[in-house]
Formats: sequence, structure tokens, C-alpha cells
Amino acid sequence: MNLSYSKEYDDYREELRAFLAANWPLPDSLGDLRERTAEFHRRAAKAGYIFRHIPVKYGGGEQQLDFLQSEIIKEEFRRAGAPREPEVIGINRVIPVLLQWGTEEQKDFFIPRTMSREFLWSQGYSEPNAGSDLAALRTRAELVGDKWIINGQKVWSSNAYKCQYMNALVRTESAPRHLGISYLLIDLQQPGIEIRRIKQITGESEFCEVFFNNAETPADWVVGGRGNGWAVSRTTLRHERSGFRSVNWLDTILRRIVKLARETIRDGTPAIEEPHLRREIARVQARLYAMRYSTYRDLSMEAAGEPSGDYLLTQKLYLTDTIHLVERLTRDLLADDYLLMSPGEGRDGLKGNAKWIYNSFHSLKIAIAGGSSNIQRNVVGERVLGLPRDNAGVGGREASGMDQ
Amino acid sequence: MNFKLSEEQHQLQDAVRRIVSAAGYHERLRAVVDGQLSWDEGSWRDLVEFGVPGIVVSDRFGGIGLTMIELALVAEALGYAGAATPFLGHVLATIAIAEGGSEQQREKWLPMLASGEKIASVALSDQNDGWAPEDWRLAPNGSRISGRKINVPAGQIADIFVVGLAGGQLAVVEALTPTVTAEAMDGIDMTRPLAAVEFSDAETELLENGSAGAARMHDAALVLLAADAFGGASRILDMTRDYSLVREAFGAKLAQFQAYKHQLANLAVEVIPTRGLYWFAAYAFENYVERSSHAACLAKAHSAELFLQTARLGTELLGGIGFTWEYDSQIWLKRAMFDFAWGGRPERLFAKAADLAGW
Ligand SMILES: Cc1cc2nc3c(=O)[nH]c(=O)nc-3n(C[C@H](O)[C@H](O)[C@H](O)COP(=O)(O)OP(=O)(O)OC[C@H]3O[C@@H](n4cnc5c(N)ncnc54)[C@H](O)[C@@H]3O)c2cc1C
Repeated sequence: MNLSYSKEYDDYREELRAFLAANWPLPDSLGDLRERTAEFHRRAAKAGYIFRHIPVKYGGGEQQLDFLQSEIIKEEFRRAGAPREPEVIGINRVIPVLLQWGTEEQKDFFIPRTMSREFLWSQGYSEPNAGSDLAALRTRAELVGDKWIINGQKVWSSNAYKCQYMNALVRTESAPRHLGISYLLIDLQQPGIEIRRIKQITGESEFCEVFFNNAETPADWVVGGRGNGWAVSRTTLRHERSGFRSVNWLDTILRRIVKLARETIRDGTPAIEEPHLRREIARVQARLYAMRYSTYRDLSMEAAGEPSGDYLLTQKLYLTDTIHLVERLTRDLLADDYLLMSPGEGRDGLKGNAKWIYNSFHSLKIAIAGGSSNIQRNVVGERVLGLPRDNAGVGGREASGMDQ
Repeated sequence: MNFKLSEEQHQLQDAVRRIVSAAGYHERLRAVVDGQLSWDEGSWRDLVEFGVPGIVVSDRFGGIGLTMIELALVAEALGYAGAATPFLGHVLATIAIAEGGSEQQREKWLPMLASGEKIASVALSDQNDGWAPEDWRLAPNGSRISGRKINVPAGQIADIFVVGLAGGQLAVVEALTPTVTAEAMDGIDMTRPLAAVEFSDAETELLENGSAGAARMHDAALVLLAADAFGGASRILDMTRDYSLVREAFGAKLAQFQAYKHQLANLAVEVIPTRGLYWFAAYAFENYVERSSHAACLAKAHSAELFLQTARLGTELLGGIGFTWEYDSQIWLKRAMFDFAWGGRPERLFAKAADLAGW
């Protein structure tokens, strides 16, 4: 065990600071904020600070897994106010899948454009009658000449209305359940596809229904081969960033709670001085530490080529339970602001405590999306504890993080 | 840079696991629980021979010169096994002297503790909820003390006590009759019996840097209890899992009922990540001294609550058998109650952690 920031890391931090000082913010002459961000990301990737898991030949940083470096990057980017690596499905899910399973053509075409966010992706797994029981999905694709012809329907597809592509699980073979499924890449902007936005509990309309009516995709846009979609969809990105996604997010939430508790004044004193509240925040912090250092352990074992233990399979449920605790804490702090909700699109546009109301709903998204809690419990019961399978088996949903 | 165990650390923990699972171990543990033995001398002898009492003692004083990380790994293994040994008090007394003693004091006391020739313990609380150095009331009269300390682990077999004094100071006292007498308390945890120790004008040796030693010892106690609790919670989890795979009801194994499976999964989800928390607290004890109290408070408070909750729900999941004296789960439920209260209750430690976090 060694978590020390040795000289090597101090040097690393110095270099990174120099890089950030020279590259962020970029001058207005380089375009609008979007363009400047894209340019900054190009430079940061080249220097190895983002896209660390992606090979240089696709424009990535191609770095060894090193979580102290990744912590330093997080700290220094935050300090400089520099835009972090984008958290989108294409980068979190599609690129790892392509890196592991894609053909050279698929990788060359999709990876660089996904990194630059020229291509945005929506994940098309769930259907009206296939959620937890994903292997029941019915959307079909048939190979006709050099094209797949697709018919059926997806639902809950996040951001589909503004995405160029979908990574979809589709039935292509006559084999039963998961054996008949392939992983297809589909251009969403074509006549055979209709997308309807669904209004969500938060008032925004981010997820969508997607209807396929003789939609088409090229024959060679199947990833990992025909009938292999189940395995392909279960690819997990074992890299620092994915490992820390939940931890970093909870870390941010914890800092915001402390701030909220400082700024909330009751009977003339800041709420942070209430003994009960202080203890409850410390409880959340203990869980954050448990997650962070279990992740460190996991990644260290991974880097050493050892099987990395069971923690990862418990992480999503642990986060879900923790975030329920956080919600309980915050609603007490909000007091009567819990009665109010500002309709809006996304969290960013919201003001003051409306952001916390958004978070309150978001905590439920964490519990449901990416494998609901009961399915996670099946996974832990079967894969961690070795208990017998029930009807749903472990197959229902992969035990992935909060990536939907 | 890494946060995994080295080969040596794995070997050390495995060796301790072997000692506390060897042939005869379970019989001795049961004999302790059933009142036929007062403690597990055989395991302690093996642990001493392996070098456990000297793990954190420098080799200058006959120890192995390793760190709190190794010691905590041992504590986890002992917690998993429910070991009935004087480990806790002994290593805490040792740490108190190593961190709070002058060079001469270390030379005088540490070799006999590191070698296991003498058994030591810590006598801290004067009254209920009195674990922290600032709670201690016993005031010396010159170099002598008179008064009573409670909840002293293995107090009846200890040869040496490190005693907490008013002002957060520490003194070493030899258990000589008639000035020092230990009387058994009705401790809840049969594997770690408690005593009330009465000092009647007993001769003491004040540790030169007592208050520094006391703070370190207190942190060490929290880290080691966290490790013990993680080990104990893992044991309850394994035990309940194993039972669910053999016990049948309604024509099926308990584990086949999803409700049961999910309750077990919930326990596992809480237990497994806790390892990282106690590891970090042990790491911080060595490497981030200024943050180590904070990490230790969080680790003990969280792990002790976790262990107790796991043991209580585990007992519920075992059904009637879990409510018997005969079934082993009771050993860990009571150990969990010890880990919960000894060294400071979680609510108080969370409050202290919040203060130390600077909120
Ligand atoms: C905000 C949001 C965004 C999403 N984005 C996407 C996306 O981009 N792409 C995509 O493909 N999907 C997406 N989803 C869908 C998500 O993956 C599914 O909602 C989830 O897998 C659950 O499926 P379901 O909604 O059909 O619920 P159901 O499967 O109907 O489950 C309902 C309840 O029953 C429980 N349950 C189900 N089976 C069992 C069982 N065997 N044992 C015990 N309990 C069981 C579940 O835990 C749940 O509580 C999103 C969902 C949300 C909320």
C-alpha cells in the first residue's frame, strides 16, 4: 500500500498546472465556448490528461491506469475551472465496447468523432416489454443484401431526440432470448425512425420512445458479430474514470450539502451547527470513504492483473442507499422549499434550492436506471454470495454503474 | 502507488487466519463461551510465537517493526474468528508506550510486551461513556494512584496496565497485589471479558509524552475495532449465507426465496465496501497523522454500526436457532455489541469526525 504523492506526482501536478495555465481558458478568437471546449479537450487528450484509456491513434491520451494521477487531474481541473472529460454515453459506453469488440473500420470511423462529440449516442436497450428482463426484447433486424432492416420499438432512450446514433440491442437470430441478440449501431436521423420525447417526473423531456419502421443500418455495423450482442453489451470499462464516477459524484454532493448546511440559517444560526445534522453528514462521509478506498483497492488489483474482488458488484446499490440518505438529509435542510418545484430542462438552469429538488428526483433515477435495485440484489446474491438463481437469474441487467 | 496488499501482507493475514481456524480452535472458543475456559490461551501462544504482539514494535525493542496496516489485518482476522485472546488491550498498551514513552521507558517495557512474556491491557474509563482522554478523571497522588477503572479488557490476566489519568495523561502500572486488584465484570462479549480494576495507592510510572501517546492509542483503538468489526460482519454474512444453502422450508432452500436472497444481498452490499474504510483509517494512522483521528472516528463509528446491524439482521435471518446459546452466531452478535460501545459509541465519534472535518 502506498498512496503517497511522491516527487514523481508533485512533478506531474506541476506539469499539469503549467498545461492548464497555458490552455484554459482559451482566447475568444478560437470560437464560441463549445469550440473552445472542444479545442481544449483535444489538447488535454494529446497531453494525456483526458481520454486516458483511449489509444493515441484515435486521438486519446493512452495512459497507464494510475488513480493518483486521475485524482490530481480532477483536483487541478476543478481548481482551474477547466471543462472535464464529458460524461456521455458515447464516451462512457460505446467507445469501450468498440475498443474491445469493434472492427478497424468501426473504430476508425466512430471513436474520434464520438470523442469530439460530433457523434452523440443514445443507448437503445429497454423496450416496453423488456426492462429488467432485457433478454425479452423484441425489436428485430433482418439482413437484406448489405443492410439490416429494423422494426420495433425502444423506450426510455435518453437523449435520443438530439443524438445522431444509437447503440442498440436488437433481435437478429432465431435463437431464444439472449442468444438471438446482436449489438447494432444505428443512424437515428433517417425516415424509418420516429422519436417521441417523454415528459419526465422532473418536467424535462430527456428520454424518448424510438419507433423503427423499416429503418436501415449497414450490414457491417454489427459489433462483436451476430448473436453476440449480450456479451458485447456487458463490456465494462475498467478504468480509473469509470471506477471513480460514482465516488466523484458523491464527493461533489457531499461538498454541496456542507455548503447548503452552512448557508441555511435557522433561529439565527447556520444549520451546520446542529449536532444531529453534523453526525448525519459524517455518516455520508464514511460511506464516501468506503467507496473511494474500495475503488482504489479494486483498481490496484486490476492494474496488477489480479482478480479484483466483489466490490464493484456492490457499488451501485451502495451508492443508491447512500443517495437515499443524502436525500433525507437535504429535505430537512430545505424545509418549506421542499414544497416547490421549478419546471425546467436539466439541473443547470435551476436556481437555488430548486437544484436540490432536481437532485431528489435524480436519486431515484440512480435507483432505477442501469439495472434497478432488485436486479442488482439478484446479481449480488448470485455472483457475490453464490446463492441459487431464481427466475430472473443474474442475466436481467448488468451490474453497471450509473451510466444511463 | 497502489492500494492493495503486498504478498507479505497477504501471507501475514493468512498465517493468522490459520492460527485461529486450526484443529481445536473451535472447541476452545466454545469452551470460553460456555464458561469452561476463561480465555483461549492456546491461540494466544501461537499468535505470540508468530510475532503478533510485536508487529508494530520497532526491532530495536524486539518487535517486527511493521505498521498499523498489518496490525489491522490481524484484527480483522481475529474478528472473523471471534478470537478469545487479550489482543486488543495488549496491543493498545504497547502502542501507548511506544508512542508516549521516553526512550528509557520504551526500552524498559516494550521488549517484554513485544515478546509476549507479559500481558498488558489498558484501563481507561472511570465511568460510563468515558473513553476519550479528556474524559479521564483518575488523578495521581505523586507517583501513586488510587481509584477504579472499568471495562478493562482481559483485566484479570494482565500483568501490566496502561492507565488513563486526568489531563489525558498515561501511566504504567504493574498488577501487583495487593495494590492492584481486578474483578470480573459481567461482560457481554465472552470472547473479550472485562474487568473492573481497583488501584489502592499503586505505584505508577508516568509516561513522558503521555498525552501524545493517549491520542495515538485512542486512534489505534478505533482503527483496530473497525477492522475487528469488518471481520466480524463478514463472518456473520458467511454464516448466514451457509445456513441459507442447507436449511429448507416450503420444500426449498431458504436461499431460493428471493426475499431471503435480497436480504442477504443487502447485508453484503453494506459489508463489502467497508473494507476500504478501515484500510484507509489504518493507512492514515501511519501516513497522514494529521488526518488520522478523523479517519479513525469515521471508520470505527461506521464499521461498528455496520457490524451490529449485520449481526442483528443475520440473527433474524437464522430464525429460532439464532436465538440459542448453542448456535455460534450469538458470539458475533455480542462481539458486535462490544465493538459498538467499547472505545466510544458511534454517535459521539461521528460528532467528533464532523468537528475534525472542519464543518
Ligand atoms: C431516467 C432514466 C433513463 C433511462 N435511460 C435509458 C437509456 O438511455 N437506454 C435504455 O435502454 N434504458 C434506459 N432506462 C431504462 C432502465 O434501464 C429501466 O427502467 C430499468 O432497467 C428497469 O426496467 P423497467 O423500467 O422496465 O422496470 P421493470 O423491469 O418493469 O421493473 C419494475 C420493478 O420490478 C422490479 N423487478 C423486476 N424484475 C424483478 C425480479 N426478477 N425480481 C424482483 N424484482 C424485480 C424492479 O427492480 C423494479 O423495481 C432509463 C431509465 C430511467 C429511469
